[in-house]
Parts: sequence; C-alpha cells; structure tokens
Amino acid sequence: MNAWPLWEVFVRSRRGLSHVHVGSLHAPDAELALRNARDVYTRRQEGVSLWVVPSSSIVASDPGERDAFFDPAEDKVYRHPTFYDVPEGVEHL
Amino acid sequence: MTTSCDYVLALADDALVSAQRMSWWISRAPELEEDVALANIGLDQLGQARALLTYAGALEGAGRTEDDLAYLRDDREFRNVWLVERPQPDFGVTIARLLMLATWQSELYAALVSSSDATLAGIAGKAVKEVAYHVDHARLWTLRLGDGTEVSHARMQAALESEWPHLEELFAPVDGAVVDPRSLRDRVMGRIEEVVVEATLSVPQVAPAIGGGRRGLHTEHLGHLLAEMQHLHRSHPGATW
Repeated sequence: MNAWPLWEVFVRSRRGLSHVHVGSLHAPDAELALRNARDVYTRRQEGVSLWVVPSSSIVASDPGERDAFFDPAEDKVYRHPTFYDVPEGVEHL
Repeated sequence: MTTSCDYVLALADDALVSAQRMSWWISRAPELEEDVALANIGLDQLGQARALLTYAGALEGAGRTEDDLAYLRDDREFRNVWLVERPQPDFGVTIARLLMLATWQSELYAALVSSSDATLAGIAGKAVKEVAYHVDHARLWTLRLGDGTEVSHARMQAALESEWPHLEELFAPVDGAVVDPRSLRDRVMGRIEEVVVEATLSVPQVAPAIGGGRRGLHTEHLGHLLAEMQHLHRSHPGATW
C-alpha cells in the first residue's frame, strides 16, 4: 500500500504572507493530496491557502556541491547593505 | 409545530453512532493521511452530536446532559437509523455509507439553517460546512474506487448494494420534525445517484430494509457498539479527563 507518491505541502498562514513549506504527505493524486494536506496540516486553523507539489517535481541543490554553490558569497561583503556608509544628510534612503 | 425531543435525538444519534463507527478506523486506514481524514470526519460528527444532545436534553426538560444521554441510555432509547449502526470494517462500505449519510445531512442541515427553530438553525449553520467536506471526501473516493481497478469497482459496487437498502429509513417521517424527512428524499437521492453514475457504478435495484431505529428498534450490533462506547462512563460514573 506504499505505492502512493509523495507530495510537498505549502501553507499560507495569512493573507499577505508567502506559502511556507510545512512538510510532506502521501496521496494517490493531486486532488486527494490537497484534501489530505487540509486534514493533516491545517486542523488547527494554520492556513488560508494550500499548495501541494509532487516531491518528484522539486529540483534540489546537491548538499555535496554546497561549497561551490554558497561559499563564494561569503567574501562578497559589498553585497550587504551594511557594507556602505550612508553619507550625512542623504534623505529618502 | 414545536420541535420534539425525539426528532433532535434522531439527528443526534445518527451523528453520534456514526462518529463511534468512524473512530474504528483510527490506526486501521490504508494510509496515515486517510486515518487522519476519517478521524476528522468522526470528530466533526461527534461535535454535531454533542450540540444536538444538549438541545435534546433541554427539550426533554428532565435535566439530562449530553453525557447522560450519550452514556446512560440503552439501545432501545437510541433513535439512530440502521445505516450507521452496523460494523463497517470494509473501506468501500465506509465510503458508501458516508456518501449516503453526509449527503442526507447536507440537505437536512441546509434546510434547518433557515428553519423556525433558532437553536437547530445555529447548530446546522456550523454543521453544514463540515458535512459539505464529508460529502466531498466520500465523493472523491467513490469516483476513484468505482472508476479504479476491476477489484475496486466490484468492491465499491458491492458496498453500494449492501448499504442502499438502508437509505429509505432516513426519509421516514418523525413526529415533531422541523424539516420533514420526506421532503429531502428527491434531492438526496438525486445527488447520491449522480455520484454513483459518475463513478461508472450502477444504482442498486434493491428493496428497502425494514429499519426501525427511529422507534428504538435496532440490530444486534448497536448493543455491542454502546457497550464499548459507554463502558468507561458506566464503570466510573462522573469520570472526566
């Protein structure tokens, strides 16, 4: 009975906020995945909107390539707004 | 006409006994997700039963609470239909029965919302949204099982055949009814048959079962269900969580 595919569930908790990944579940198809997500993840009024996505559709970065992916950003401090001094007297910044 | 205690008990007991049967599935459903879904549905029904039992107790005027009515009545005092009281260890039967009960409740509660009984209208206003989801759940499964494999189709058809004879009891007249059960028949049957046909199943041609739940006449199964449901409360009177 473990033939049901896996789905990732995203819940928007309030209007104006983004959908946030909350977990995964099994369901035979998209329609039932949405129903299951409602039952498993929004029983306590956690959300106003739900997305379900087949887990197989998610392309993830490889943990083994983490250094190549993320480390080069480490020494580029000028990408952070705090790198820049704001001159005295500049308005609307 | 004033609302009768028996009428409210009938609606309450349908919900209560169905909730108890639904709870059997907890830890037994084919997948964890379905386990949670059926438990949610059972809890919705239990919530409806509690509100209705409290109101029935008030109408009776003998000071009985929801717990008194749920835990201290014997089977002959229960007013639920036979549809909900028989065991449902088959998933197809569970879905067929839910489709029938929830569709009936959906029409019933919708009619009660605009009825002259303000208490029932209030209870129905909340319940009507809950049972809309129950109908949806039962419908989606009926479609998938009916239009699924040869085996699922055959089992879903068999489930419909076994439950169909018990549909008629839902429409039997009850004294002091706020919404005449007979007035719901066409719409309820129309909606159920629509789902059956959409699921590539056929509408069973079977004679109605005898029934008698509204008069306190039950199958042997209700006694066993009540024994389990009432055991704790009767062994430890006044026990609370």
